[in-house]
Amino acid sequence: MVQDPFERVAIFGAGLLMTAFFLAIVVGAFGLGIRVPTCVTDIPPFDQPAVVEVAPGQYVVNVVAQMWLFNPREIRIPAGSLVTFNLTSKDVQHGFKILNTNVNMMAVPGVVNRAQARFDQPGEYLIVCHEYCGLGHHAMSARIIVEPRAAGDQGPDPARAVASALACWAR
Amino acid sequence: MGAMAISEGEKRLLRWHLYIAYIAIAVGILFGLLQVLSRARLLPPMPWYDYYQGLTFHGVLNALVWTTFNIVALLALAVRASLSRPLYSLSLGWTGFGLMTIGVAAAGYAILTRQANVLYTFYPPLMAHPAFYLGATLLIVGSWVAGANVILTYVAWRRENPGQRTPLMTFGSIVVFVLWYIATLGVAIEVLFLLLPWSLGLVKQTNPMLARTLFWYFGHPLVYFWLLPAYVAWYTMVPRLAGGKLYSDPMARLAFLMLLLFSTPIGVHHQYTDPAIGQEWKLVHAFGTFIVTIPSLLTAFNLMASLEYAGRQRGGRGLIDWIFRLPWGEPAFAGATLSMIAFAFGGISGIVNASYNVNLVVHNTSWVPGHLHLTVGTAVTLTFMAMATWMVPYLTGRALWSRKVALANMYVWFVGVMIFAVGMMRGGLEGEPRRTNLGFSPYLLPEWMPFLVMAAIGGTLMFIAGVLFLLNMAMTIWFSRQPAQVEVPISDALHTAADAPLAFERWRVWLAVAAVLIVISYTPVLTQVLQTSPFSAYGFLPSNPAPIR
Repeated sequence: MVQDPFERVAIFGAGLLMTAFFLAIVVGAFGLGIRVPTCVTDIPPFDQPAVVEVAPGQYVVNVVAQMWLFNPREIRIPAGSLVTFNLTSKDVQHGFKILNTNVNMMAVPGVVNRAQARFDQPGEYLIVCHEYCGLGHHAMSARIIVEPRAAGDQGPDPARAVASALACWAR
Repeated sequence: MGAMAISEGEKRLLRWHLYIAYIAIAVGILFGLLQVLSRARLLPPMPWYDYYQGLTFHGVLNALVWTTFNIVALLALAVRASLSRPLYSLSLGWTGFGLMTIGVAAAGYAILTRQANVLYTFYPPLMAHPAFYLGATLLIVGSWVAGANVILTYVAWRRENPGQRTPLMTFGSIVVFVLWYIATLGVAIEVLFLLLPWSLGLVKQTNPMLARTLFWYFGHPLVYFWLLPAYVAWYTMVPRLAGGKLYSDPMARLAFLMLLLFSTPIGVHHQYTDPAIGQEWKLVHAFGTFIVTIPSLLTAFNLMASLEYAGRQRGGRGLIDWIFRLPWGEPAFAGATLSMIAFAFGGISGIVNASYNVNLVVHNTSWVPGHLHLTVGTAVTLTFMAMATWMVPYLTGRALWSRKVALANMYVWFVGVMIFAVGMMRGGLEGEPRRTNLGFSPYLLPEWMPFLVMAAIGGTLMFIAGVLFLLNMAMTIWFSRQPAQVEVPISDALHTAADAPLAFERWRVWLAVAAVLIVISYTPVLTQVLQTSPFSAYGFLPSNPAPIR
């Protein structure tokens, strides 16, 4: 069917281009660890808002979205923290996007969603609801305040961080 | 052509589809204008104006009503003209039209009385009045009847002409309707089994995650249901309007078939940020999405080659001279070709959306409506406007009222959408959420303002272009006194259908392959959703945080 050389170049060129793009996102996902939310089952229901430091520099934040606020509304953590967000909704569907990070999730009632981010830069991070959730949708937001580390506090021990990174490779 | 001239009855049926589409878009673009102004803080609070009611109207009327009615009219005419055979049944045609129109009226009533401020994706557990879901059902069932009329026309022609190759115009149109039957299965199950009984109070609780998944099973082929009729026009009409030929007919068929197979089993790329679906299946759907870009890349090649051929037929020399030889002063050609240019940007931004983890940057930001106003909002919409400049005269027998107004319509819309889309997309990259009345938002960031103003300027231009379109059509229908002298433009091909494999017309085989791909890609997804998501959500009205028990 394809005798025309131009057509052949177009078909194979299109295939090669898309293969290259697909390889790029696979490298992003598995090489750089930029993952999308996944199916989470083996966990208790995170319907209680909470900010818990589970290990030095590591936090678990349970966020409950509801018409038209996030609970908690303000999350304070020190710079350099690695934060796991568990997200669910008490009522309708909501969105959860932390500006200037890769955290972007849907909050669906009855199910838990999860994402992780490291906050190295001190400052304020705006969280917006980006799924229409009724009358007050445009007022629904929250804030993460990343506080600079106190003098003398060097954050997670670098030797320990290296050891834990090596442990990942050893597995 | 000509042996079997189109009857007055057929013309009446098809032009009434266009009239409903025009009423829909008239209301739809009015709310579009109010939205861009409101988001940029250029609109004072007005007691009668509810942003989310307007947004529901805008989405339903423009994306569902304007498109569906235009598609039925354009494709029925395309099949009728390319087969040179009367439509299967006028009464079937009017039945479809009637069901669709009653559906639009029912949903319109629910939206107008503010009992359905749920946007056109109607995600539960936000609950609308039952008339909204009933209206959606009737619109879909009506489109099934209208599609059956077109497919039965083809089946009858096939029986009368065994062994003959299907004309490309009909081939593409049949692909559109077959795809539509596959796609609407998802939304029909969602509305009939989940949402309608729930909004009637027969069941109290529903499963929002399952509803989302069924919606997006439908939602992605839906965008191809919008886009492929524009492809039919671009492949089979525009080369003729340009004074040339389609470069390759077999390659166009290959593109249509690939779109038939791959546009459904990839719907999860709208759900990358959802819970309950594993990232491995999200990645599989991302891969499928990349396959479905290939037929669009082939379309870009084929159409550009056709335009270059036309430009050279018109005396073009050298590398770029042929571009200027094309009939840019003819509204039908100019509008359709500007749509293609917009679609190049729409397609590229679509690949960004489809790119799995890259999507985390843009998901549900104003980037997405920026993208979809380039695709359905221009590639499709401006093509329908361009085709209307010969279709309305053809169907009414009255010459186009003003060629200059039509040209202004096409170019102003194109300039408008380019400004609008850049504003929306840049704002989205800065984190501006979509579907949000930002002008009234306490957290509005100052760095969003320039992009919101840009979108408002572009959106206003699009509105002006839309008004020019409606004015031109109204004047043509009511006041034009000159008789129309137009035919349906049907392009010949440089590389003809004779080179296309006969297997391309084995519809049963392709349907079976499509079904297998859907089963493979959706069985694990639905299993995960059903295992993790309960039927536990009570309904909520958009105005009240307390559930309806």
